[in-house]
Amino acid sequence: MTTFYRLNLLPPHPSLPFFRMKLKPNIATSDAGFIFNPATGDSFAANPLAADILARTKTGQDAAAIKADILERYDVAPGQLEKDWDDLLAQLRDFNLLD
Amino acid sequence: MPTTSALPRLTVAVTGLNATDSPGPGVAVIRALRESPDFDLRIIGLSYEALEPGIYLRELVDKTFQLPYPSAGTAALLERLAHIRQQEDVAVLIPNFDAELYNFIKLGPQLRALGIHTFLPTLAQLEARDKLNLAAFGAAHGLSVPTSRPLHSAAELLATAETLGWPLVLKGRYYDAAVVHSLAQAEQAFARLAGQWGVPLIAQQFVAGQEINIAGLGDGHGRTLSAVPMRKLTITDRGKAWAGITLADEALLALARRFAEATSWRGGFELELMRTTSDELVILEINPRFPAWIYLTAAAGQNQPAALLRLAMSLPVMEMEDYAVGKMFVRYAWDLITDHTEFQQVAALGEL
Repeated sequence: MTTFYRLNLLPPHPSLPFFRMKLKPNIATSDAGFIFNPATGDSFAANPLAADILARTKTGQDAAAIKADILERYDVAPGQLEKDWDDLLAQLRDFNLLD
Repeated sequence: MPTTSALPRLTVAVTGLNATDSPGPGVAVIRALRESPDFDLRIIGLSYEALEPGIYLRELVDKTFQLPYPSAGTAALLERLAHIRQQEDVAVLIPNFDAELYNFIKLGPQLRALGIHTFLPTLAQLEARDKLNLAAFGAAHGLSVPTSRPLHSAAELLATAETLGWPLVLKGRYYDAAVVHSLAQAEQAFARLAGQWGVPLIAQQFVAGQEINIAGLGDGHGRTLSAVPMRKLTITDRGKAWAGITLADEALLALARRFAEATSWRGGFELELMRTTSDELVILEINPRFPAWIYLTAAAGQNQPAALLRLAMSLPVMEMEDYAVGKMFVRYAWDLITDHTEFQQVAALGEL
């Protein structure tokens, strides 16, 4: 079976807390939200917001700044953003994409 | 195949034209050879059956001759190859089936006398990595392999399962395997595999994890000239790769190098591995030839068949290091159209 996952961080309810979202250096990401792990051959598709978050973390942007921006751009409560942020982190960790 | 190439002409014979759902590597080898920057090739297909698809791939195969089955022995094979050599200036022969390798290796000196070069493992290398000897091979070279034992009759199944545990993997001597979860399943699989491939079968401890394969080329002196790891993305119900992707993982390349160095492997090889959840790399099988997905190595930048061709012609080959990671293949089925006259020619006259 082809491995092809979808990250679930959708615009209506993103969230935010303490942040250690550092992708492994060999992980390739694209602007379109595709993520490729060259060591395992796994491919993933992130939705636009998750892709945006990953792209910003890759450029070294601070987590707090990303979350503040999300809170400003989307109609989402801080608690919900925290929850969804944690979900995203957990998925990235489960998929062995984090350092 | 008409050509205007300025490259030197070379005629190469290749077996394994059965590009079926359990494919032989021949067609993929030929496809890679056709991209050789060194030679303008005339390809002679060597087939065992009249419906091997490669026979009818006329854009890849210039002419095909049928061979006697490996069970006919070396004398019959040599006689046939001598006949072919009278008609075609075959300079290199690349066998691609496990079951035929013994005969071709054995005939090495006679083939050389006919002017036919090969680049094959030695008989000792061939036998050392045999499925029946894999456990001893792993122990001798410090390579992780599953526990296995030969099975000569179905009566041994229960005791074997008690030792190795369920599920159990039953393997034919050369091809085919089944994962069985109960004695009833094991008995059924034993009957099928033994009926098709003979005994002994091999019972192997089941290893869970992610299946990874490495195609490699050894120079016969311990050097790995090329190694390309691939993960299967889609498999057929017979466990054959239908799609795959190249990987970047130093541990995999190191394992391939260790294998070639420990054995001084000569020629193409494929390591079939399982990466366990604890990240251990376990060698399930060592194939003494290129795999059916070998064209992916050429597509990724390491054309192993073309390099083997140079080795067979005693030309130098540099170690290849870089390859494209994330290069994928997706196999497909295609209905070749031919005419009954061509089929009859192969079936009745043994050549096309």
